[in-house]
Amino acid sequence: MNRKIKKATTHVIQNEGLIFEKSSPGKKGYKLPELDVPEVNPSQVLGNAARADLGNMPEVSEIEIIRHFTRISTWNYGVDTGLYPLGSCTMKYNPRINEIVARLDGLANAHPYQPEKVSQGALLILQALRKALMEICGMEAITLQPAAGAHGELTGILLVRAYLQSQGNPRKKILIPDSAHGTNPATAAIAGYEVENLKSNAHGMVDIPSLEAQMNEDVAALMVTNPNTVGLFEQEIHKVAEIVHRKGGLVYMDGANMNALVGKVRPGDFGIDVMHLNLHKTFSTPHGGGGPGSGPVACKKIMEPFLPIPVVVTKKDGTLGFDYDRPQSIGRVRAFYGNFGMHVRALAYIMANGRDGLVQTTEDAVLNANYIRKKLDGVYELPYSTPSMHEVVFSDHKQTAKGIKTGDIAKRLIDYGFHPYTVSFPMIVHGALMIEPTESESLEEMDLFIDAMKNIAEECENTPEVVLSAPHTTRIGRLDETRAARQPILRWKPQAQSAKGD
Amino acid sequence: MRYLPKSPTDRELMLREIGIRSVDELFAPIPAEYRLKRELDIAPSMAEADILDWFRQRAADTAASGYANFLGAGAYHHYRPVVIDTLISRGEFFTAYTPYQPEISQGTLQAIFEFQTMICELTGMEVANASMYDGSTAATEAVLMAARVTGRRSAVVARSVHPEYREVLASYAKNQGIPLAEVPFLENGRVNAAALEKAITDGTACVLIQSPNFFGTIEDVAAVAEIAHRKGALLVVAIAEAVSLGIVKPPTEADIVAMEAQSFGVPLSFGGPYAGVIATKEKFVRQMPGRLVGQTVDKQGRRGFVLTLSTREQHIRREKATSNICTNQALIALMATVFMTVYGREGLKELATQNLAKTAYAVEQFGKTAKVLFQGAPRFNEFVVQTSKDPKTLNGRMLKQKIIGGLPLKKFYPELGNASLWCCTELTRRVAIEAAATALSPQKAKPQVVSTEVAQ
Ligand SMILES: Cc1ncc(COP(=O)(O)O)c(C=O)c1O
Repeated sequence: MNRKIKKATTHVIQNEGLIFEKSSPGKKGYKLPELDVPEVNPSQVLGNAARADLGNMPEVSEIEIIRHFTRISTWNYGVDTGLYPLGSCTMKYNPRINEIVARLDGLANAHPYQPEKVSQGALLILQALRKALMEICGMEAITLQPAAGAHGELTGILLVRAYLQSQGNPRKKILIPDSAHGTNPATAAIAGYEVENLKSNAHGMVDIPSLEAQMNEDVAALMVTNPNTVGLFEQEIHKVAEIVHRKGGLVYMDGANMNALVGKVRPGDFGIDVMHLNLHKTFSTPHGGGGPGSGPVACKKIMEPFLPIPVVVTKKDGTLGFDYDRPQSIGRVRAFYGNFGMHVRALAYIMANGRDGLVQTTEDAVLNANYIRKKLDGVYELPYSTPSMHEVVFSDHKQTAKGIKTGDIAKRLIDYGFHPYTVSFPMIVHGALMIEPTESESLEEMDLFIDAMKNIAEECENTPEVVLSAPHTTRIGRLDETRAARQPILRWKPQAQSAKGD
Repeated sequence: MRYLPKSPTDRELMLREIGIRSVDELFAPIPAEYRLKRELDIAPSMAEADILDWFRQRAADTAASGYANFLGAGAYHHYRPVVIDTLISRGEFFTAYTPYQPEISQGTLQAIFEFQTMICELTGMEVANASMYDGSTAATEAVLMAARVTGRRSAVVARSVHPEYREVLASYAKNQGIPLAEVPFLENGRVNAAALEKAITDGTACVLIQSPNFFGTIEDVAAVAEIAHRKGALLVVAIAEAVSLGIVKPPTEADIVAMEAQSFGVPLSFGGPYAGVIATKEKFVRQMPGRLVGQTVDKQGRRGFVLTLSTREQHIRREKATSNICTNQALIALMATVFMTVYGREGLKELATQNLAKTAYAVEQFGKTAKVLFQGAPRFNEFVVQTSKDPKTLNGRMLKQKIIGGLPLKKFYPELGNASLWCCTELTRRVAIEAAATALSPQKAKPQVVSTEVAQ
């Protein structure tokens, strides 16, 4: 074992096959209650719509289920394991009280269609969260319906379209900086807009002359991320907004990076008209291995009439309820009211932090990113000298001389006991290493990370093959992704298991 | 702040290392005139005990287990085996990100591969994705996918598809220039096949039906498929009640299945988070939205799993991607995977059969005091009841007996008059069914509070 690897060591890990490989007829993991009504014969009730059998569905006992999922879980790395510096993803601590309150009987077992009269508690949670988020964003209206960031983007752009349509012309194009996340252009396309690329300037920010030149009466909106994906605050954001507004367009903000701003500055105050938040980033709801998220959309008063139905309102009798009678609404973007369980968690996070904790959180997130930047500057190349906010983006320029790319360094980090940073994004930085520590990291954990990054840089010089063939300490090595795409095996089948299952 | 792992000395030291005096200097890039010069109008930090109390109060103000609940309509009250929360609460699962780095994400990846496999087994499709936001967006994206596959640009939608699914589809389709034609339902609750056939044109990309449909009626999927295919359109079948797959023949004749997996062990949670899924034929896989996990090997030939076919996705294809979806509903899909594993091949069938039995009994009981609509076609665990009185009035009365009655349908289907949609699952008790049936009787019966002690 390499003595320089301080955070991690090797440990016996269990092998485990697929659940289907443990199945055999007659094993059971359930017991249903006795039926208290007469039994029925399915083929009598359903006729030829009755199903004969359930194919290869597994048959296993409870202990096998617990072991199966426990074993495979140990092959994962989570925020609970350690620093998870995945840039743009804000992998912060997921407080346990959030999980407890989301599982309280009245909240976890409430049906979305139960009468409002017996849903006042759930409605109050929605109302309290809306109020807090509008205050944080400096906005006047909000919907909690979108299920994730990209879904929020779509909702926001549909609001833009509806507003402009009400003014007579929905326009044709959306301007998107070349540093933007892939969901931005994909969203614009789904909303029926053409995408026009806006190039960044030498400081990694929106290029004002290009914006001036490209902004015209065909452009519905600019979709801007602030701080942007390079971790830089768009210092001329007010000018950007002014240029767009002057030509009658609107400014949409991708709020994925709000962790740098909460309590310090409000998008509504610097010219943003509509934006989304990622509760699964800034507001600590867990990522869950890919979701669920929640992507509330906050906007200015002018777009309020167009919000998705329903909207939570206080009724004449003082109780809370849903308003469906909104003729100008863009309609719905999801059934029911959104990912309510995530709303509960985000509100618990806001309450635990309070106004004081929210600001301290923002400061610590920015402090951590700048500490890493300072310590690794010179070890890895910084493509922009502009000051960083909550994340820092390096490039692999120094290491490519030895044939080592950002992806290789990322894999080597695994051996040092860390999850990799974000690789190869944003696209404007060639060979990007995008590092976002969040506020959840102690000085000790960050020093270990910095140490690991420095050691890897040395290895790139002295023993590049170690980096190129990393990781060395995981259950499996680098996987053949080309083969996965060329000969897709997307499900298990009883016969065609040629590869060795262990 | 208890979530922040730094002492004041740590912060001082870090500032010194960075070479600045105060943290404010780090915020210098933000123009001063826009900075917030006051505190946020949010209460100060609260103790954990106080947070718990506050939410307990909100929970107490919201009806749940203390009531006998007859609501379904896209969100179903099924028993959740306790191992689900035990397993999904493992930090390695719930605090991980999307598995972009397969070497340290094999747990998530293998679980998704198992999810995809089980969804294929249950739906009769060849491939399934890792999840969509919910059933409504899955149905919507399935229609958009059908438009890409066929190169046609309109869709025919059964009026018996969940009204909110149709509303979501309308919000998306409008801006894609995809006109939607609506097809009515028959006396037996099934889609009107003659009207459907007429509605399909040369430009129809797909027909969207739901089965069991919004009224609980099981559609004749094979017959609808035959009509759609004869006219060159695809068939998309939405499934809102996944437990039905335990006993109802899977829609193998469909080209795309758009499913809501909430019934598989996901809490009702006032409407979300749930998990949608899209499943389809292998030949359409490259037009699918969402993430896919595939099996492959490492250099030593050991089996492993990776995200694959990602050239369909937004991070590679940007505005040409099949969808804008990025974050999906992975942890909810994991809940569903554990649920499907617990019940498995025999249990899902037994469970679904109990749902059938409870519903058959309820239909019989309700038939004595009110009119049950849509007779003559099989149904799973929902049914529509027509009463002489407004169901809202009847529900108000039942609420005092701790019964949450069926969903009044006037808002969605004014043509059905005083109708409401009722649902029975394995958790619905016979006494509750009998009490509700009595309460619907035009002769006012004496109210009786239903005890729900054994229910979840
Ligand atoms: C900058 C940025 N924008 C948008 C998104 C999309 O958000 P989501 O994954 O919640 O849809 C992400 C994260 O994935 C992001 O980092």
